[in-house]
Formats: sequence, structure tokens, C-alpha cells
Amino acid sequence: MANAITEEAVQKTVYEALPQFGVDESDITREATFEDLDVDSLDLAELSQIIEDEYGVALKGDDVGKIKTVGDAIDLVVQKGS
Amino acid sequence: MSARPENAVALVTGASKGIGSAIAKALAADGWAVAVNYRSDEAGANAVVEAIEAEGGTAKSIHADVTNGDAKALLKQVEEALGGPVLALVNNAGVARDNIALQLTDEDWDVVIGTNLSPAFRLTRDSLRSMIKARYGRVINIASVVGPRANAGQSNYAAAKAGLIGMTKTIAAEVARRGVTVNAVAPGFIATDMTAELATDEIVKAIPARRQGTPEEVAAAVRFLASDDAGYVTGTTLYVDGGMSA
Repeated sequence: MANAITEEAVQKTVYEALPQFGVDESDITREATFEDLDVDSLDLAELSQIIEDEYGVALKGDDVGKIKTVGDAIDLVVQKGS
Repeated sequence: MSARPENAVALVTGASKGIGSAIAKALAADGWAVAVNYRSDEAGANAVVEAIEAEGGTAKSIHADVTNGDAKALLKQVEEALGGPVLALVNNAGVARDNIALQLTDEDWDVVIGTNLSPAFRLTRDSLRSMIKARYGRVINIASVVGPRANAGQSNYAAAKAGLIGMTKTIAAEVARRGVTVNAVAPGFIATDMTAELATDEIVKAIPARRQGTPEEVAAAVRFLASDDAGYVTGTTLYVDGGMSA
């Protein structure tokens, strides 16, 4: 069963996932861009998987292309899930 | 070097006979739980499973037509039958519909591409999910010496096999840093049902080793590429061809 989608919950998931891709925890903010964090397309694909497993929201290639910042990703998941 | 997770499962498509059945047995001998996929030869697949079990290995026969497009359903079926994720995928299923290009029909083209190439892509894409999560995976595409080199009468088969090699290299580059390797094995002239009618003295004379290869010799290459020892080998094509490509 998918978890309830709140901004807080999604942010927690994203913040916890990013260090798996080598991101320094102290660099993670809503405003940080994935480019600055050195998070590439493979990392974003894996982040999408983690989100889909947790919330049942699938982010497709087009969606992922639009995401620039950590906040964009969180907002998109919340928007798609509501 | 990372080690294969304990519940890892190997899926071999088209494994009821020939090269596929030898690969299934070789992977089982190496400790993989093996899904023996077949489309029509249930008795053949069951015989492979029995042979594996007789040697103390674990295997299940899995009925699915890989050309139907539902790779996710097949992977789920395998996972449920064998109790773990597919962390080794051997794309072996293939057919030949030979004719010179002038005489080759659209159907002959589509069937060969739709059996030998497209299902390999879909299964690879959909199994990468578990492999990336596990930080361990082995994709092995059974290509051919035909593709990298010409073989008159097989433009469809050559396109599919060359396509597999190109796909192998690119996906290997995409996922290498997640501990997932993607390689191809290119058999030459191997003694199977598919080649039985072609085994003339003239053809055998053109092979530097002067003999046909065996399915077991191809399987040994796959076994290596699927092993922990091959963790740094990715994006390559291993020729098992008695020197045909030398």
C-alpha cells in the first residue's frame, strides 16, 4: 500500500535518498539544483523508482526532464499524487 | 568487488533446448536459482529443470512468450516462482527466418527483430530496476558472429544481433556505476537444432578450429560473465566461435 503523500513526507524521502548518490547531506536544500548536487539522469531515474515504490507516483521521462531543483521534484510528486 | 546477493535469480529466455538449456544448467551449477523460460517446448523446459534438480540445483520452468511485450509480467512471474529478484538476465530467445534481402518479406523481418532484439531491450529495461536497487546485476545478451560480420541470407538476423551488441554497449555505460554489468556473447557455428541442416564439411573447414562449437562452450562464457569474478567486465562482446572472427 502506497504511503500518504504530504510535502513533509516526500521531502523526507528525497532528503534521505540523495546521500545514496554521493550527495553531501549538508548541501541538500529545496533550492539546490540537481546539477549543483552532481545528481545525473541515472540518479534521478533511481530517485523516481524510490518515490514510485513509496508513494505509487510514477515520474516519467518527460517529468524528470522538467525538474531542476530538489524543491521542483518534491512539488511535482505532491502535485501528481493529489 | 561485490558478491551476488543470496536470493538472486537468473532468468534465461528460450531455455528449453540448445544453447539456452546449456546456459540454464551452467548457471545453476554456479549456484544461481534459474528460471527456465520457454514458449512452446514445455517438455524440453521441464527436462532442463529436472536435470538441474538432479545435480542439486534450483530451477523452475516459466512459460511466457517474450514477444508479447509484457516484460514486467514475466519478471514478476519469475520472482514469485523463485522467491527473489532477477539479478542475472540472459537474453537468449531467438529465431531465424533466412532469405536474401531481395526475397525477405516484411513479416520475416518483423518476426526476427521482434523476437531476437525488442524483447531483450524490454526485459533489460525492466530488470534494471531490481539490479540497480541491489547494486548488483548481470545482463548477458546472446548475439552472434553474424551481425558484426556478413552472412548472406540473414540480413534480418544480422540486424537483430548487431543491434543487441550496440544496445549492450550503451546500457553498460549507463549503469556501470551501480554494479550492473551488461555484456554480449557471440557464438559462432554451434551444434544445435537451428544449425543442424547447415553443418556441411565446407562450412566447418572455414572455421579455424575445424569443428562446430558446443552449447556448453557458449554456456561457460555466460557463466563467467554472470559470476562475481566478471564484475569489472562490461560493455564487451565475448566471441565463442573457434576463431571465425579472428
